[in-house]
Amino acid sequence: MNEQATQAGNAAPMVEMRGVNKWYGDFHVLRDIDLEVRRGERIVICGPSGSGKSTLIRCINHLEEHQAGEIVVGGVPLTQDVKRIEQVRRSVGMVFQHFNLFPHLTVLENCCLAQTWVQKKPRREAERLAMQYLERVKIAEQARKYPGQLSGGQQQRVAIARSLCLHPEVMLFDEPTSALDPEMIKEVLDVMVELAEEGMTMLCVTHEMGFAKTVADRVIFMDQGQIIEENAPEPFFNNPQSERTQLFLSQILGH
Amino acid sequence: MTIQHKMIEARPAPKSTVGPLAWLRANLFSGPVNTVFTLLGLYLLYLLLVPTIEWAFIDADWIGTTRDDCSREGACWVFVKARLGQFIYGLYPRDEIWRVNLTFGVFAVLIAWLMIPRLPFKRWVAAATLLVFPIFAFFLLYGGSFGLPLVQTHRWGGLMLTLVLAVVGMVGALPIGIVLALGRRSQMPIVKSFCVVFIEFWRGVPLITVLFMASVMLPLFMPTGVSVDRLIRAFIGITLFQSAYMAEVIRGGLQAIPRGQEEAAAALGMSYWLRMGLIVLPQALKMMIPGIVNTFISLFKDTTLVMIIGLFDLLGIVQAALSDSRWLGFSLEGYVFAAFMFWIFCFSMSRYSQYLERKLHTGHKR
Repeated sequence: MNEQATQAGNAAPMVEMRGVNKWYGDFHVLRDIDLEVRRGERIVICGPSGSGKSTLIRCINHLEEHQAGEIVVGGVPLTQDVKRIEQVRRSVGMVFQHFNLFPHLTVLENCCLAQTWVQKKPRREAERLAMQYLERVKIAEQARKYPGQLSGGQQQRVAIARSLCLHPEVMLFDEPTSALDPEMIKEVLDVMVELAEEGMTMLCVTHEMGFAKTVADRVIFMDQGQIIEENAPEPFFNNPQSERTQLFLSQILGH
Repeated sequence: MTIQHKMIEARPAPKSTVGPLAWLRANLFSGPVNTVFTLLGLYLLYLLLVPTIEWAFIDADWIGTTRDDCSREGACWVFVKARLGQFIYGLYPRDEIWRVNLTFGVFAVLIAWLMIPRLPFKRWVAAATLLVFPIFAFFLLYGGSFGLPLVQTHRWGGLMLTLVLAVVGMVGALPIGIVLALGRRSQMPIVKSFCVVFIEFWRGVPLITVLFMASVMLPLFMPTGVSVDRLIRAFIGITLFQSAYMAEVIRGGLQAIPRGQEEAAAALGMSYWLRMGLIVLPQALKMMIPGIVNTFISLFKDTTLVMIIGLFDLLGIVQAALSDSRWLGFSLEGYVFAAFMFWIFCFSMSRYSQYLERKLHTGHKR
């Protein structure tokens, strides 16, 4: 996958957003968003709560619908067409703040479900692949347990494995560590760093600035539905241009 | 500062807090007021139970065939015994009763198979129960083909009719209710408003009215010469009525499932029907077992209303037997018997749902 990603690196962008706008009722939540994500690129999105960063990445797999503008994922433009949306979703993995594992299925079944029903793989092959990814997130020994029996950090790693089983081309992370106890954050971040090092295209909404500094190619700061500042991590953290970025960084890095 | 180096061994609880005596003391005699209430309760129970038991068992007549055999003061179970065949099979021809027995025997085996966790091939048995069995039951009970004599539905009655009505109602109402509940949550305005109107219409009308309409009004709208069997009209009325209730129960369950579940399934590329069928409904139905069984139980008891359109279910046939001049004056025995039969079925449904709830609880901790 790594080679594939670098080869295609110069070709069409993986995700393209042009003039994207979205409203919740009267509330203008995304304002003129322009964003291009190349293959293999790692992007961290940060900003105060309510700034629209989760909404932004949720538009990419159409969990939220945008009302104006254009979103193209892997060459497929997102429209109302359900078949197209499902096609995009198959190539986009997503990890949620609250894990959203299926509590009525075991860890292994969680990982196999979409493989057998969406990709129509034979059960045995699906299980083999699932075990392979569960081993990669170091949780294979829990495969027969139910999500409710695992800790938050373990559940989030299962959620990552569940997404990877479908061989996504992009991974979206929506505050993956925000619901975790402090001692579990690291085990999840380690998996994400590893994934980044393998060349996965990633968009992460997170407050983990350490993670942003080590893996991100670009950091995006959002406020009130707009992209305020966008830069490589080193200048972004050391020399923020906008006042709002400076304020935000001083608030979260200050303590 | 304290540092504890020695581990403390577990010790047994004090004698006075464990065992039946302690339980009695804690729950029944924990103070003067509670002691008085306990004794009062026991006394009331005594006043109530002793005459009941005397009437139903000790002073009751069990043996014989006519009312002259009932010479004692208690219940005359001879009446129930003499009429038992009718209470169970209605006016079904005596020579064909094996067909009813076979049908319900097969049904009992299938249900038991589904209920006992250890038995294999659950999926196939479930499919057979839902798809093959109804056809099998129809041909067996109704007859008219395969060399079986036809038995008109007006001869069906008693417990057999009650069970047929209840089972058809349950098997029909659950899937229709699921579809209605999903429809009511749909984004599509036409589907949604159709479901809302349908549900609110049936929920706003008493079942007795539905049955009346089905038996009196429906034939007026039919072209001349076309007539729908009375029993089928009752089936349709009961099923549609209960499916509206079922839909609301299931909708409650659907609402209890966090939105994240459907989002996660959607993010994996699953279509609407996969998301519903594999993720949302299994969890919602599990949560809704008490509500669903509650609806089933009320459906089971509501079947007695078919009496008013001239079908003789268990209660109806008991009532009919009471007006038999040879057995006048035994209404209490008849009603107690009917109540007991209903109680057995409803109580077992309720127990099974409690067992299911406990068993399915495992996966639900979040």
